[in-house]
Amino acid sequence: MSAKILIVAEHDGKKLNVSTAKCVTAARSLAGAEITVAVLAADCAAVAAQAAQLAGVGKVVTVDNPANEHALAAVYAPQVVALAAPYTHLFGPSTTFGKDLMPRVAGLLGAPQISDIMALESPTRFKRPIFAGNAILTVESSPEAKLVGTIRAASFEAAGTGGTAPIEKANVSVELPKHTRWISVSAAKSDRPDLQTAARVISGGRALGSADGFKILYSLADKIGAAVGASRAAVDAGYAPNEMQVGQTGKIIAPELYMAVGISGAIQHLTGIKDARTIVAINKDGEAPIFEVADFGLVGDLFQVIPEIERLLAKG
Amino acid sequence: MKRILVGIKRVVDYNVRIRVKPDNTGVITDGVKMSVNPFDEIALEEALRIKERGGAEEVVVATVGPADTQAQLRTALAMGADRALHVQADGIIEPLTAARTLLKLVEKEQPFLVILGKQAIDDDNGQTGQVLAALWNRPQATYASKIELTDTTARVTREVDAGLETIEVDLPAVITTDLRLNEPRYVKLPDIMKAKKKPLETLQLAALGIEPRQQLKLARFEPPPQRQKGIRVKDAAELVEALKKKGLL
Repeated sequence: MSAKILIVAEHDGKKLNVSTAKCVTAARSLAGAEITVAVLAADCAAVAAQAAQLAGVGKVVTVDNPANEHALAAVYAPQVVALAAPYTHLFGPSTTFGKDLMPRVAGLLGAPQISDIMALESPTRFKRPIFAGNAILTVESSPEAKLVGTIRAASFEAAGTGGTAPIEKANVSVELPKHTRWISVSAAKSDRPDLQTAARVISGGRALGSADGFKILYSLADKIGAAVGASRAAVDAGYAPNEMQVGQTGKIIAPELYMAVGISGAIQHLTGIKDARTIVAINKDGEAPIFEVADFGLVGDLFQVIPEIERLLAKG
Repeated sequence: MKRILVGIKRVVDYNVRIRVKPDNTGVITDGVKMSVNPFDEIALEEALRIKERGGAEEVVVATVGPADTQAQLRTALAMGADRALHVQADGIIEPLTAARTLLKLVEKEQPFLVILGKQAIDDDNGQTGQVLAALWNRPQATYASKIELTDTTARVTREVDAGLETIEVDLPAVITTDLRLNEPRYVKLPDIMKAKKKPLETLQLAALGIEPRQQLKLARFEPPPQRQKGIRVKDAAELVEALKKKGLL
């Protein structure tokens, strides 16, 4: 059975989210897979052009509709279902976008879903983390049934560009619900790199002591072009906004360099960083569990160590 | 009656260190502490607060699972739920089966709101709420960190990757909870005694017309790969040196 895969693109109306390129890489791990990316938007042109350039994409289908201006799962899902017939697999990213949408698609189809796919061993055999990553489960699906899945972005590199896939307008005539209305989104404005895609991330924990305490991390982060994250404890204490949270209930990330500053390393936090290439731990408690997973550990007072690192880097 | 239905799942307690069985057929649950899924506790707490504000008249908790699950329903009753529904089912219940079963209960109970946890901390599927909303053909508002109700709508603030998103949905609707929605209350001893007298109805899956279909095979459980333990550096200078050598700074 060769897989015919439909990937639902995540985007903000202008720019394709990198999670989509990661889904493409995941799909490409199935030999001979035919990969189609679906773009739903008020105006698909810009995003569709970016999707068409992803290496490995065979086709891009677009659904232009003013109702698609914001990604409401209840509005998107029936349109994805309308596109679904020719495909064996329907994938979305395991981001809040995909996690919201794909189960609704699965529900409408009566199809099974595999969440957080971290490896595709065959068109019917997948691996995924369960129990906050404390166990890895191999799941098998039936070749007869359509399968819905979300792709764990941190497990895959983004597909490169260089593709020239054709873009087709899809004819979707389904009635869309009016029971769900988008009101607003508020995001902290930041010039720093995006936490989910940054090559370097510095995260702070409760030991930072206050929102003010985080300033030394922002300062170092700006020096090395890093994004700033936070542990759940720091978010709960109000030192950092929730969109900075890294861990089981926050963001799952895979940077080249992850610096955990004043973070003890609860299992729920480690779940969010286990795919980081290099982990640095800075903590005054030498027994903290974060040192068990750190490639480089430094026991010391973060309020001295962080400014010291910044000073050393300034010297070149 | 203005009713809220809350889903409850029995899971291995949050603090238990998970170990995979040596034969790779599952994780060890013998003698392990079981609890109400933490996100479901948040769902129940929210329902109770809505009722206490006068926004609902009754809070009903429901679960699909084996006989043991009644312990978690009693906990929910002790927290303040008015009554409990236990749909008895053994073996693995996939999200689609759970959602189909909840839909039967929704048809029976006619709630204006269904609140579920955003995911169970055992299988981490995060599907049931959205699947229920799809089958019910009603709105969904996932990852709620704030819920404001009127007679006909819910305005829900959602924790999304970009920040906080606000949507408005018509009722009835399905809402799934995120961590910061509230902090669940502690159960007091007298409430545990009182909960023993609250109604708990047991239903059979087959009697609801549900055939549990297992569409996915759980083929193999493995412990996660361990990271190699790294090295200790003595100060900032040595750390910067080491990271530069690896080309990371």
